[in-house]
Amino acid sequence: MESPVIQIRHLQKSFGENAVLRDINFDVTKGEVVCIIGASGSGKSTLLRCINLLETADAGEILYHGQNILDDQVVASSYRTKIGMVFQQFNLFNNLSVLENCIVGQRKVLKRSPEEAKQIALKYLRLVGMEQYIDARPAQISGGQKQRVAIARALSMEPEAILFDEPTSALDPEMVGEVLSVIKNLAHSGLTMLVVTHEMSFAAEVSDRVVFMDQGIIVEDDTPDVIFNHPTHERTRAFLKRTLRRD
Amino acid sequence: MADASFFEWVGYFITNYWPQFLNGAGVTLLIAITGTIIGSLIGLIIGIIRTIPKPKKGKTLKRFFHKFVNVILSCYIEIFRGTPMIVQAMVIFYGCAFAGLYLPRTTAAIFIVSINTGAYMAEIVRGGILSIDKGQFEAAQSLGMTHWQTMTSVVLPQAIRNILPATGNEFVINIKDTSVLNVISVSELFFTSQTIAGISFQYFPVFLITCVLYFIMTFTVTRILRFAEKRMAGKDTYTIHASSTMPKGQLKVTKEH
Repeated sequence: MESPVIQIRHLQKSFGENAVLRDINFDVTKGEVVCIIGASGSGKSTLLRCINLLETADAGEILYHGQNILDDQVVASSYRTKIGMVFQQFNLFNNLSVLENCIVGQRKVLKRSPEEAKQIALKYLRLVGMEQYIDARPAQISGGQKQRVAIARALSMEPEAILFDEPTSALDPEMVGEVLSVIKNLAHSGLTMLVVTHEMSFAAEVSDRVVFMDQGIIVEDDTPDVIFNHPTHERTRAFLKRTLRRD
Repeated sequence: MADASFFEWVGYFITNYWPQFLNGAGVTLLIAITGTIIGSLIGLIIGIIRTIPKPKKGKTLKRFFHKFVNVILSCYIEIFRGTPMIVQAMVIFYGCAFAGLYLPRTTAAIFIVSINTGAYMAEIVRGGILSIDKGQFEAAQSLGMTHWQTMTSVVLPQAIRNILPATGNEFVINIKDTSVLNVISVSELFFTSQTIAGISFQYFPVFLITCVLYFIMTFTVTRILRFAEKRMAGKDTYTIHASSTMPKGQLKVTKEH
């Protein structure tokens, strides 16, 4: 059994009076694809943002290869470059071209040479099928294309794991497919991934484990087969019933 | 020349004093340009510092230092925005003289305009940075960029384009407001005009010429800045490159207007 890359221990986070995360515990092992599902407001996105240090957790530990990144600044900054993030709103750098978006992090943070950075960027842009558009600006391409570039940007840093925060929720329905197929390919390539999603069939297909969250706690954490076909908890069953009916 | 007409006076001043007028206009432009550039740099640096996120709880020393720097910068901005430049000129120039430091007048003028502009630009830059979508900061952070890297590579290039009109406005204001520096006898356009008019007591013809000169300067600067803004908006087109699946690339895509 591989050792866990990320371990979450008793993580808590509240915004004012509102406790968004209450005692979250789970591990992500190397090469694993974990999907987090749950209703809006259940704390999924906040959990992901806490893991990537975009939000500061109030209590608990986030262990990266056994080291707590919440109390060690040095580990935390190198940790950031090892964990990639793909956002719901893409967040491509508007002042840079598609290619530059995939290069800037490599150059500034990893201090790679311009030539090396360009080759790596091109490699991943090819992987997501965006190598034709390297000169385009973010404002000139479609939502699905933007998200594919954002995935290439995260991959260009050659991270240990990538976090996806509802990567298809801001897309037009006809563009969801192209992005999901890119993510599916990545999942099969052995990349460690943590995906917050509302796409149940996608979660069922790609994940090694599915985590169901409700009201700031993990209700159920099991294989997709158990979660989708034989959920043990009433809350999971109720959620799936609501979601699947909507589909 | 006592019974000369108005137009004769205008012609007289232009033919006899044009070197002085041009020299005055030159000094005005020099102070305004240098002051605006230095002021903008001050504004940029303060803008970057003031948007550094607050250190986390527990880092008491860092938090104190962060707070301390912010308070100092706020004081600077409030004081220089809250007092007239004409008074600042008097206080700084004669204050330095009082302390035994005799600044050359033009140097003093550039210094005063720079720190005054810096105070305004700091707020303009901060507004520009705040106008950039939070997602841009988060994406940069998620790649592991530092605050400085985020600012210089991602945020400021976008913010500067947004604040260019406001910066141009500051420049135009500076061209006009250097006139108040006549109180410390800087030989800019207003001071020069006063001197020329003082010779013959013909204030109206002299200052009409002065007025036209100021307008030519501000109008030209406004046009140049408008042109620069358009250039900074970037290209509307991009080239599609060839790929394994689409060997014939080089298709130009143009945005429709």
